[in-house]
Amino acid sequence: MTPAQLTALAGGKSSAPRHHILSVLVENKAGVLSRVAGLFSRRGFNIYSLAVAPTDEDEHFSRITIVVDVESAPLEQVIQQLDKLVNVVSIGELSPGDAVERELVLATVAVGPTERSQVIQLVGVFGGEVVSVGADRLTVMLAGRPEKIDDFEGLLEHYTVVELQRTGRVALPKLDRH
Amino acid sequence: MQLTGAQALIKSLEMQGVDVMFGLPGGAILPVYDPIIDSSIRHILVRHEQGAGHMAEGYAMVTGKPGVAMVTSGPGATNIVTPLANAYMDSTPLIVISGQVATGSIGTDAFQECDITGVTMGITKHNWLIKDVDDIPRVVAAAFHVATTGRPGPVLIDFPKDIANTMMEWYWPTSVEELDLPGYHPVTDGDPVLVAEAAQLISAAHRPVLYVGGGVLKSRAAEALRALADLTGIPVVTTLMARGAFPDSHPQALGMPGMHGHYTAVTALQRSDLLISLGARFDDRVTGKISAFAPEAKIIHVDIDRAELGKVRRADVGIAGDCRLVIEELLRALGAKGEGPVVQDLAPWWSQLHQWQEQFPLYYDDAEGGAIKPQNVVEQLRDAAPEDTIVVAGVGQHQMWASQYWEFNHPYSWVNSGGAGTMGFAVPACIGAKVGRPDKTVWAIDGDGCFQMTAQELVTATAEQIPVKIAILNNAYLGMVRQWQEMFYGERYSEVYLSPDLPDYVKWAEAMGCVGIRAETPEDVGPAIEKANSVDDRPVVVDFRTDAFEKVFPMVAAGQSNDDIVVHPDQKAPVR
Repeated sequence: MTPAQLTALAGGKSSAPRHHILSVLVENKAGVLSRVAGLFSRRGFNIYSLAVAPTDEDEHFSRITIVVDVESAPLEQVIQQLDKLVNVVSIGELSPGDAVERELVLATVAVGPTERSQVIQLVGVFGGEVVSVGADRLTVMLAGRPEKIDDFEGLLEHYTVVELQRTGRVALPKLDRH
Repeated sequence: MQLTGAQALIKSLEMQGVDVMFGLPGGAILPVYDPIIDSSIRHILVRHEQGAGHMAEGYAMVTGKPGVAMVTSGPGATNIVTPLANAYMDSTPLIVISGQVATGSIGTDAFQECDITGVTMGITKHNWLIKDVDDIPRVVAAAFHVATTGRPGPVLIDFPKDIANTMMEWYWPTSVEELDLPGYHPVTDGDPVLVAEAAQLISAAHRPVLYVGGGVLKSRAAEALRALADLTGIPVVTTLMARGAFPDSHPQALGMPGMHGHYTAVTALQRSDLLISLGARFDDRVTGKISAFAPEAKIIHVDIDRAELGKVRRADVGIAGDCRLVIEELLRALGAKGEGPVVQDLAPWWSQLHQWQEQFPLYYDDAEGGAIKPQNVVEQLRDAAPEDTIVVAGVGQHQMWASQYWEFNHPYSWVNSGGAGTMGFAVPACIGAKVGRPDKTVWAIDGDGCFQMTAQELVTATAEQIPVKIAILNNAYLGMVRQWQEMFYGERYSEVYLSPDLPDYVKWAEAMGCVGIRAETPEDVGPAIEKANSVDDRPVVVDFRTDAFEKVFPMVAAGQSNDDIVVHPDQKAPVR
């Protein structure tokens, strides 16, 4: 290992990546997601998570919430390159402190007779829901702040998680109270 | 008025003022070729689709108008991917219309189907797949708008065969609002506060340099630049993409910066305390090792593409805007300073620059009796050509010698492949340039390696009576690669030898309907050029058998600091 690599391991690179949230309004046209994703890959920007859905009834526009790993490139450069895409209408930057963020997780857990009530209890404590019940499995759902989802996921790992799917986070700016 | 989609497409091009297009028909684009017979647009039938793309680029670079190329689906479309990538790197307005299989067949791997909008997404400014015949006029108008405004660039319109045969009610959009581009708002004016800050920096600098890039030509700012240079007395370097934007004959012109730039241009940037970057993008071929580039310089960076500001080097003042408008604003801001000089006393700076110019001019060993020196060919071509000749180059040693030894005194007189470095660019690009400016002499200075990539387009030139001139600096090698192998790979020459006489360039030229001329000794050069210049009714190709061992100097090795510039071995090494 080179000294540079050792330094990188010891220093900032080993800490959790710094994330920033971009809320990107795009025209809801064929290929838009591909244009956005393609831009990230060819410019070497890293996407941490991505969520996309139409924003209006006419489905003219979609909102893409992208969590960007800003260790990979300066946020300003990511925004300016995104802004050059003709189908990108506007870009909002949400720093984690100024945004409300939510994420949803669905998890199917294998449960025997004793674990069943424990998992149901855990879901209740977190304010989630049991959304599907099988003979020896439960599918549970929780929506909330991403850190809460992380905690929930961590506790579920004490059981046998068969499948787990997170949505990636969505976010909007926090409202001004004054 | 009811039109077929094909008629609507051609009529839309006519409405955009297109007078010429370059293309080659095939199955999917067949319906669109029918109304071309009745159109006012001149269609030039190429021999390979790559040629169509580069011709359209050459046309665009000398006229300032967008170049238009039309190809069929599948391989027709993929053959024009290189010109799209080239135009994207050099910000050339290029409109490519590609045929596509019928909408019902898309996604079925139909004959000659290719997802060309997917393929070209990363190398076009934008692209469109037309799925509704009623969209044709709007999309064509939008494509021209996007290609020519803001930072210019290539666009592609993919046109399914069934759409071409569907009827539509003709209309033509009359305003930008009708183009349905809610996310496209190119900037133009610079922020006046930032312009004032830039003016302050200019007034305070002791070693300023105007670092001029291709954006100055794109924004047609050569006159404004001249006024700025004249007002301030600041030295000017013109990048490979900006040759001609400022006259080389002007006393403030230092020439080209970069890997093979003039010593004084490279070193002026390096020692500067203020770089005024106008439409340039701090390309690695200009900066060398970026962390060692112009270490003492503050940066004013003007670019119409906001994403360029700070992309490579942090700007002290970054101004997003059209170069011409920003330079004009800057002139007003500097002029508003009232009495007294607008800049510091630059005499000490100029004295240093003149010393470098004297010590390290461009140099090559032109001893009597040797082989033909490629630099000398360029000089003799230059001296025998009309003053406003358009010069076109491919990529490699010949390109650098052309850029170094030609004296560019007019904007839009230099056409080459800069960012992409596309070998084979010169022959088709010079044909497009001549079509765009038939009143001018067009000389392509090409290498033997480049020439072999696209020479068949001279058949197009002969058939269409486009009298271009091609000078092949034939050193029988892929010369630039050979130079690197000599200098950095211990003279281990791997796969770079071509041969001086295979092919026989004179016979090849003649077979394509051109005049073919050969110059084998230095004494042949003058007469060969004279003969070539006397031909004006057909293309002419001159095979100059040049010194295979000649290298391009100065040189900054890839990844090295510009401080480590290497001059010709006969010149005394620079003292640092």
